[in-house]
Amino acid sequence: MIIRKERVNDFLNGLRAGYRLYAPVQTQAGPVFAPVNGATGWSWPAGNTLKSAKEVFLPQTETLFTYRTSLDGVQVEEARVEGRVVLLGVRPCDARSLTMLDKVFAGEGVRDPYYTARRENTVVLGLACNEPCGTCFCTSLGGSPFGTAGCDLLWVDLGDRYLVRVLTDRGKALVEGRPEFAPAGDADLAAARELEEGALGRMGTVPVQGVKEKLDRLFADPLWDRVYEKCLGCGTCTYLCPTCHCFDLTDEVIDGLGVRLRTWDACMYPLFTLHASGHNPRPTQKERFRQRIMHKFKYFVDNFRETACVGCGRCIRYCPVNIDIRAVLAEISAG
Amino acid sequence: MKNPYLPLPMRIEKITVETEDRSLRTFSLSFLNRADAEAFGFVPGQFAEVHVFGQGEAPFGIASSPLVRDRVEFTVNRIPGGVVTTALHNAREGDIVGLRGPLGNGYPVQEFEGKDVVIIGGGFAFTTLRSLTWYILANRERFGKLTVLYGAREPGLLLYKDELAAWQKRDDLELILTVDRGREGWQGKVGVVPAILKEAAPSAANAYAVVCGPPIMIRFTLPVLQELGFPPERVIMSLEMRMKCGLGMCGRCNIGHKYVCKDGPVFTLAELSELPAEY
Ligand SMILES: Cc1cc2nc3c(=O)[nH]c(=O)nc-3n(C[C@H](O)[C@H](O)[C@H](O)COP(=O)(O)OP(=O)(O)OC[C@H]3O[C@@H](n4cnc5c(N)ncnc54)[C@H](O)[C@@H]3O)c2cc1C
Ligand code: SF4
Ligand code: SF4
Ligand code: FES
Repeated sequence: MIIRKERVNDFLNGLRAGYRLYAPVQTQAGPVFAPVNGATGWSWPAGNTLKSAKEVFLPQTETLFTYRTSLDGVQVEEARVEGRVVLLGVRPCDARSLTMLDKVFAGEGVRDPYYTARRENTVVLGLACNEPCGTCFCTSLGGSPFGTAGCDLLWVDLGDRYLVRVLTDRGKALVEGRPEFAPAGDADLAAARELEEGALGRMGTVPVQGVKEKLDRLFADPLWDRVYEKCLGCGTCTYLCPTCHCFDLTDEVIDGLGVRLRTWDACMYPLFTLHASGHNPRPTQKERFRQRIMHKFKYFVDNFRETACVGCGRCIRYCPVNIDIRAVLAEISAG
Repeated sequence: MKNPYLPLPMRIEKITVETEDRSLRTFSLSFLNRADAEAFGFVPGQFAEVHVFGQGEAPFGIASSPLVRDRVEFTVNRIPGGVVTTALHNAREGDIVGLRGPLGNGYPVQEFEGKDVVIIGGGFAFTTLRSLTWYILANRERFGKLTVLYGAREPGLLLYKDELAAWQKRDDLELILTVDRGREGWQGKVGVVPAILKEAAPSAANAYAVVCGPPIMIRFTLPVLQELGFPPERVIMSLEMRMKCGLGMCGRCNIGHKYVCKDGPVFTLAELSELPAEY
């Protein structure tokens, strides 16, 4: 389907009756996903958002439940997940990362009710990348700047209009019968194809072939002594990564009301694994750095037959000491 | 969908100071809701998160017998500076706490059936081994010979002293108690666990060994088990890692591709040798 750019506002305003809208909003630090009131206050990001779309499903901080204790019991109130959401402007790498987080939080076995409810309530409106950034390498990892995994709709910017690919029933329900949309013609499809080929042609590549098999036997390799050295353990790479999902659980008491909180945490921090006895199974930054790489490129593959990196390049762009995961991967595949 | 983060409300019915240095207390918890008590069942070796409201949660191995349905017991070592263990040690009988569980896999008790079981414990890690011993005693005819070897630094640091005295009198288990340093009136052995194990030399034919204790004890016990002929598939251990969710999601207890909270905490020595030694 096709929607002309001047009709997008009408479409979004029409959605407001049934959905809350989340879109990239500019902040001092960079664009992040936040609730918006329809047409204004947000923009499609050039490149990608600073924090990934995972934040909408696994917020950086969230209340799981509150409680009040008394002499003879405790009253627990579960936090409710807000109603239906349309999430705008998700790049294909971030959308694909959701399918990986699904395996952790909404897979076989015990499910996380908060994450699962948000996934069920949220329509993901993807935005294809006509201009991949210099740090993007999604195609090396099975993704694509026009990839559709995790999207309900994929929008392709054709200049004065968007081509809208309908991918799921949920996506279909959003656009079906809406007057802002018209059927796509051959010229629209051809224009999109040309953009896709252009984007694919400009995409950087990283040698990742055989990385998993290499890692199977590189745990004790001296390689790790070299690659981690500059790392400050700041955790930026893990917080910004769309597939990292470690968290902490803590209690706070506010005016007698107990609050059970979940907050992002990271394997890059020394306290993450510190035992109460004082023993730490990952005592230095070397072991922590290795854990981050091993988890994405080996352990996750062992468990789910998929690499837990979508090649979004955030960890490369925002690392304060310029550690480049592409170089680490190159070194592993050469090792 | 059942919310796995919500605690069951429990009352602390009884607090027992276990050791002379008062660093270990056993908390006997009862369910506030009958339905919770009826739904709660566990396998020895499983653990639970105990929630001290306003302070936080910490994982503890379930120390009571699975056949006792209305109580759940934990024996807690107070960690200096530790938030939850200190709060528990300051708690009083009648206080309300939360419980999330049972979590983890537990000991492979079905595989133990028809076999001899050698239980080897050191220090305060004897908690889930107590649960296992009660389970075997309650289903005695399903298992072969039961040997329990339990050691502590000194007699005053042994847990569950009354129960040990009662077990001592039974003829359906062999209980061997040992301490590093004896004192007047001490009737048990004197010597470290690995040495006493070597001396007792339980038969490895058709037997499982279950080992829980401080890292140093484990390190010297494993070679003795090997010498006695226990294959790594029949040596059972329980791991401790820092934990939060207990559900395989928060990432904290990850070792290799396993999550100790979900895939463990019980592993065979053979399974552990496949994992990176990051614990
Ligand atoms: C499966 C399993 C079973 C267990 N069974 C038992 C059992 O039966 N009995 C038992 O007693 N224990 C058991 N444990 C261990 C028990 O869970 C820990 O002792 C407990 O979690 C400590 O909690 P805490 O809140 O008291 O300590 P915490 O407050 O979490 O802190 C403990 C220590 O961590 C460090 N630390 C934490 N936060 C910080 C910080 N911000 N800055 C610096 N240092 C910090 C400090 O060294 C501190 O002393 C078990 C653990 C597992 C995983
Ligand atoms: S590891 Fe880096 S490139 Fe890969 S998904 Fe995470 S932030 Fe993006
Ligand atoms: S962003 Fe860079 S310095 Fe910070 S933890 Fe990650 S690799 Fe280390
Ligand atoms: S404790 Fe959260 S993954 Fe094991």
